[in-house]
Formats: sequence, C-alpha cells, structure tokens
Amino acid sequence: MKITREEVEHVARLARLELRPEEMDRITGQLDTLLSYVAKLEEVDTTGVAVTTHSGVEGNAFREDKVTPSLPRESALKGAPRQNGESFVVPRILS
Amino acid sequence: MDLFTLTLGEAKAKLDQGECTSVQLTESLLARIEAVEGRINSFITLDREQALRQAEQADRERRQGRAGKLCGLPLASKDVLCTSSMPTTCGSRILEHFVPPYDATVIEKLRREGAVLLGKLAMDEFAMGSTSENCAFGTPHNPWRPGYVTGGSSGGSASAVAADQCLASLGSDTGGSIRQPASLCGIVGMKPTYGRVSRYGLVAFASSLDQVGPMTKDVRDCALLMNVLSGHDPRDATSSARPVPDYTSALRDGLKGVRVGVPVEYFGAGLDPEVERVVRNAISMLADAGAEIIEVSLPHTEYCVAVYYLIAPAEASSNLARYDGVRYGYRAPQADSLLDMYRQSRSEGFGDEVKKRILIGTYALSAGYYDAYYKKASRVRTLIREDFRAAFAACDLIASPVCPTPAWPIGEKGDDPLALYLSDILTISANLAGIPGMSVPAGFSGDGLPIGLQLQAAHFNEEILLRAAWNLEGRAGVKGRRPELV
Repeated sequence: MKITREEVEHVARLARLELRPEEMDRITGQLDTLLSYVAKLEEVDTTGVAVTTHSGVEGNAFREDKVTPSLPRESALKGAPRQNGESFVVPRILS
Repeated sequence: MDLFTLTLGEAKAKLDQGECTSVQLTESLLARIEAVEGRINSFITLDREQALRQAEQADRERRQGRAGKLCGLPLASKDVLCTSSMPTTCGSRILEHFVPPYDATVIEKLRREGAVLLGKLAMDEFAMGSTSENCAFGTPHNPWRPGYVTGGSSGGSASAVAADQCLASLGSDTGGSIRQPASLCGIVGMKPTYGRVSRYGLVAFASSLDQVGPMTKDVRDCALLMNVLSGHDPRDATSSARPVPDYTSALRDGLKGVRVGVPVEYFGAGLDPEVERVVRNAISMLADAGAEIIEVSLPHTEYCVAVYYLIAPAEASSNLARYDGVRYGYRAPQADSLLDMYRQSRSEGFGDEVKKRILIGTYALSAGYYDAYYKKASRVRTLIREDFRAAFAACDLIASPVCPTPAWPIGEKGDDPLALYLSDILTISANLAGIPGMSVPAGFSGDGLPIGLQLQAAHFNEEILLRAAWNLEGRAGVKGRRPELV
C-alpha cells in the first residue's frame, strides 16, 4: 500500500474536503493505484538535475510597481453568495 | 448551399463580397444547432438572442467599413474562458451560475475583431479529463458516431466544430485537451507555445501547463485565429512580448529542406494498428511534399504520464483552493461555521475527478512527500525538456500519433482511471516542455472514425507546424468530409 485511508483522511482535511465513507474507499483505492504507478520515477537518475517549475523560455517579467485601476468593488461583489454592498459576508469564524 | 458548412475563411469571403450577411450566417448556424444538438450536446450555454444582436451589430459595422478580422463570424468557446455576457461554469456545479465580472483577454480579442459568440461549450470539469464525461452538465457525443466520446477536455469545442454548430471554437490544453479531441473528432487543433497566447481569464487548472488555442475546420482557419489570439498581454506576466508573425504566410506548398523527426517511443505497445497505419501514411505524405524523414528519440517519454499526474494535480490543488464559497460560486447553505462552509461547499460543489486530483496534489505537496513526489517530478520534467531540445537539434518538427486509439464508446473506460491517464501519453510532454503542438486530420479508421497526426515543434515555431499541416491537408484528401448527422 502506497497510501492508507488515514493518510487520505489527513490530506482531505488539509484540502478542506469531506468524503463520504464509500467515496473514501473508492478514492483511496484509486490514489493507491496512481501512486504505485508514479513510483516508476524512482528508476530515473536525477542526480544534479535542476527542477523545472514553469514552461516559459523567457525568464522573469518585471514591471513598474504602480497602482493601476482594478475591478470596481461592485463588480467584485456581484457574484458573491452573500455580501452587504461593502464586504463578503461569511459565517462566524470563532465558536 | 448551407452556410453553416463554411469554414471561417470561406464565410469571411462571402461576407466581404456581400453574398450573405452575418445575420443570415448566424441564423443558419442556430438552425443547425437546433437540428443536431439533441444528439451531440456540445453546448452548456447557448445564447441565441445575444448572438443575433452581435450579428446585427457586425452587419452594421461592415456597412460602415469598420469590419474587424472576424466581423460577423459565429464562434463558440470552451466554458473555461471568462465571459462577462454569459455564465462560465467550467463544467462544474461549483460555478453553475457564475457570471464573471470581466472577459478573458482572448474573448476580448474575438469581440474586438467583431466575432459573434454563440455560446459556451462542454468540457470535463475544470478541464480534468480525456473524454468530457466529467462534465457536470452532460457529456458531448462524437459527431462521427454518437454514443462515442469526443475526447477531452475540450470535447464540446471539438464536437461543435465537427458537427458544423459553429465555424470555429476556442479550447484550452493542459495535457492534450485541444489536440486529442481534435484528433478524435476529425478537426484541426493547436496548442500554441506556452506564453504565445494570454491566459488572463482562462480559469486556471495547472498554470505552468495551461494554454488557450484554436479548434477549426481547416489549417487556414487555425492560422487566421492564431493571428488574432497571439500576443503579449500585460495582465498575464507569462505571456511573451515576441512579435506575432502573420501565420497565414506560413501556408506554403512544399516541405523541401524540412526535417521531420519520427520518435520511436511514440510507436510502442498499445498503439492501435489503424492509428499507426494512418499516421505512417500521413508521414509519407509529408515526404511526398519534400520533407526529409528521420528517426529521433525522446527517451523519457515513458515517464511523462507519471510526471504530469503529479505536477498538474499539485498546481490544481493550489489553484482550486479559491473555490471556498466566499467570493463566487456555490456556497453550502446550511453551514454555520467558516470551516464547515469551506468543507461543505467544496465537497458538494466539486465532482469526483476534481476531488481526486486535489487530493493527489495536496498529498504530493504535503510535508514529508514534497521531495519524493513534486520535486522528483519537476526534475524529470527537466529531462523531458532536454529530450526535445536534443531532438530539435536534429529535426524541425516531430510527427506522431495524437492518441493511441480512435474514439471509444462513452462509459467504456470509466472504472479504470489509470488506463485513461495513460491514453494521454503522446500529448502530455508538449505541455511539460512548453512547446507548440497541433493535431491535423490525417485519415479514418476502417470503420469510419477520424484519426489525426500530431506535429510538435520548438518553442515559438508555430509556423513550421502550420506549413506541414497545410501540406498534409492538401494531400490527405479528408478535408471537407463531414459526419452524416441528418
């Protein structure tokens, strides 16, 4: 086993997901299959090989640190499930 | 003649010569959609009234001599690109009623050139999938054989073009999501070089891999759309400032002096013999056009699926953290604490495949596993890029199959996710390397399913792809062949 049910439960907590028991069984099985498959990367000798984290070939892009017009508040709030005209409204944070 | 069968280039010529109006063209396409949509299911959102208003506006602009490059031409977009005029669902319940506050840069460019936007097309949820079966709003069907998959994740974008429901469409490609459905549906699809086209307003899946591109009826249309879509965008820092060539000038007869590499690793076990026959035949047509065919090697090909299914979910797990029920999208109504609201909104809003990929990505990035999984994959990614660099020292483009098989029945691979992931093996490496790739129709299987040829080139070398594709199109004899749907 590459991954246990307890580990999947832990990762689900980190990812803010709740899985039903039957979902948990199925997904644990599928993750285990996938992780067993990706273990083939261990065959590759990567000593001294740099990591690639982006696909660009042109290096970093710099710009002036200048304030420019951005989304008006009204538009930013328009799609919110709950808002009060000024802010997003969420349930209580402290119990 | 039915106007809906026209290519973008042909329709533009008709409009320019006054042989039809945009309203007539748009009405023809809307009638076509009405006739075939019940069997194909390409659209998530279709807006007839808006489309006709845009067509009227386009006709006015044309009369006033203000016609843009796409003036009055009806297109549609994968539902992954933000449109301020209609919902953008990404094929997900979590964004079911989301209307973005702005247009994606590529949508803005289409509008600026006068295009008519018919609607938004079906896709795997958040572009995660290879069949479009993960769409929360219904699975699109392959126009060549309803009941078979379109491919994915830009499945609706492919089926809509193949079924003549729009003149051309936009798709996005993170691991083959433009090229693979283009191949399975018998149309042209291009994934441009990373950075060639702005990603602003493209709902993010894996930011180091995602790229927007055109899906069209022929190679000329692909070049026409690339002219409009490409270019620097200050709102996407990864977009390139390189000048945009006129891609249509790449469409020249003959391939004399062009070296076409054929990677041995792309013709291995699991390749359907029909696909191999059509692809080998297409490569010989490139030779007939004057190209020199050489064998090349991409030795790390067998690792690209493993690399991709760590890196893409890792990036996705971070990108999809924004769907928390606070600023937009679905919020679970009954949650009474913030944490419960996050958990319930995400758990009820996301589908299975998306949850699974978030979990893989979170795991690969989590303490104790980061080095073994994410970092290891990022190092092997470097070796995959190096493979291409070495290959392109010896050849100008690489020709291969797109997908190991033609389209398959809907539901067939549902229980075996790994088998489905492995079907991406031939398209994934272009995204990992950031190079351009395209699928161009090459022929048909014995029982009538389309098969494409994949062409890949070095960064920013889209022109050589278009030139080779143009020469193949002229010889393959499949252009204009269309599915019988009525």
